[in-house]
Amino acid sequence: MHRSDRATRQGEANFGEVVDTKPHAGPTPVVEAEGLTKHYGSRIAVDRISLRVEAGACVGLLGPNGAGKTTTIRMLSCLTAPTAGSLRVLGMEMVAANHRAIKAQLGIVQQEDSLDPDLSVENNLLIYASYFGIPRREAAKRAQELMRFAQLTERRRDRIRDLSGGMRRRLMLARALINGPKLLLLDEPTTGLDPQARRLVWERIRRLKQHAVTILLTTHYMEEAANLCDRVVIIDHGKIVAEDAPETLVDSVIGEEVIEVYLPDSSASRGVLEKCRDFACRTEQVGEILYLYLRNGSARQRAFEALAGYRFTRRKPSLEDVFLSLTGHALRD
Amino acid sequence: MLEAITLALPSRLAFCVWRRDMESWKRFAGSFFVAALGEPILYLLAIGYGLGRFVQDINGVPYAVFLAPGIIAAAAMNSASFESTFGAFTRMTEQHTYQAVLATPCSVGDLVGGDILWAATKSAASAALVLLITAASGLTPSWLALLTIPASLLIGLMFAGMGMIVTAKAPSYDFFTYYFTLAISVMFLFSGVFFPIESLPGWAQHLAWFLPLTHAVRLTRLLCEGIVGLECLYEVVWMASVTLGAFAVAERLVRKRLVV
Repeated sequence: MHRSDRATRQGEANFGEVVDTKPHAGPTPVVEAEGLTKHYGSRIAVDRISLRVEAGACVGLLGPNGAGKTTTIRMLSCLTAPTAGSLRVLGMEMVAANHRAIKAQLGIVQQEDSLDPDLSVENNLLIYASYFGIPRREAAKRAQELMRFAQLTERRRDRIRDLSGGMRRRLMLARALINGPKLLLLDEPTTGLDPQARRLVWERIRRLKQHAVTILLTTHYMEEAANLCDRVVIIDHGKIVAEDAPETLVDSVIGEEVIEVYLPDSSASRGVLEKCRDFACRTEQVGEILYLYLRNGSARQRAFEALAGYRFTRRKPSLEDVFLSLTGHALRD
Repeated sequence: MLEAITLALPSRLAFCVWRRDMESWKRFAGSFFVAALGEPILYLLAIGYGLGRFVQDINGVPYAVFLAPGIIAAAAMNSASFESTFGAFTRMTEQHTYQAVLATPCSVGDLVGGDILWAATKSAASAALVLLITAASGLTPSWLALLTIPASLLIGLMFAGMGMIVTAKAPSYDFFTYYFTLAISVMFLFSGVFFPIESLPGWAQHLAWFLPLTHAVRLTRLLCEGIVGLECLYEVVWMASVTLGAFAVAERLVRKRLVV
């Protein structure tokens, strides 16, 4: 019985617009992983990663396919048991005895659409609320708020099959908020959406951030990470390869400017590379494009001189440059 | 042992999962009634009255009266088996329902328990519909036949537990063909639905004892004959034990498949 009591008490927290607005007390991080490891047979999916997510932060987990993002999220969601390492979520040790208590305070949006296709929008929320022991009346109130949040009030009686991909994602997000979670885990929240739908989901996530909801999300879209996250963690082959605020990462890994040189053929790079080695802080060649990463203005001046006669463009570096230069350009399947 | 029983007792959350299934089913209620009523009626007509005319009385009762309780038990078996295989498999794979439910305070036990409970509910409903027909046709004269409805809930729990084990191991829908052909159909034909097991050779009678439907049919037949006694209790205990065992195995296998 105490289980549903706890859920009820949580239910009394002021939702603000949709979520718990109270600042999280105490310095305890919401997620604290040390040497977290997951093996599947001989395959190492996650390899001794250490991760901290502070209350109120929005942290992005980036990495190529198979890097270990989803496995990490699953371990935090109590859906995968770690092989080794220590993991505390919401101050609780990740052991079977704590799963119920941890999950009661998590909001999880998984990659796949897992809405109940034969239930209406509203019933999807109400049924989900019942799993958290939220009393009927309170659940109905929250469902109203969340449908407004997801801009689905007009569609409340519609079946899931009749919703667009963007609406389904918004409903998945709304459903994950039904228990007023202290930690929101979003696994590729906008994959497969068109740009308009994606922007709307971003806007909703940003609104959650304003309410100090702690968020850990995975994404393939660098723009998304740069837009939403206070801090990004890049993982590859199950290991963390870089971790910082997006701007800081761009600054430290790439520099101020990127020059893309279009080579007449891929063997022409040697000559250019020779000339650029002194001033470019980093260079990379992909096919017939040569990337020069420049630290400052004087490097730019020298680059212009060295590249006379070549076709090239200059642009500001982005998180994508960081990502590609750290994880390589090779295709991952 | 105590642990196994507390594990098997449906939790509050199992009832939430049960409610999810029920709410989702409402849209398909029409097809359920057609299937639940149609098939048994066809069997009763074709076999009970059609073939039955050429069959002498069994244990002093007309063949159609002998057949009716068997059809009730078989209806309960079929309902639970379909729901716990095709239905549960769809929720586990295509619809990702299990994944969504496990992201809440529900445990695998709550989830599997709720789904099994739902399948058994459909069994009881199917049995009640068949009973309605057989009673209206005068094939189940005793009022005690009403007890076949709760009995069908137990029959449903047992077959749903077994179906869930198959589902947890199923790589695809095709896999269920094996189960339905090699297990469900065999039971349908050789568990005393259509003829008394006593007419089988001795070794086959021993084998039939291991078929869960044999015990289900014995129980429904006793109740339809108006006999409530130790014999019934024996069948109830037999089926309850298999149910507990099946649930424990199903819970374990589903956990192994989903929580990896």
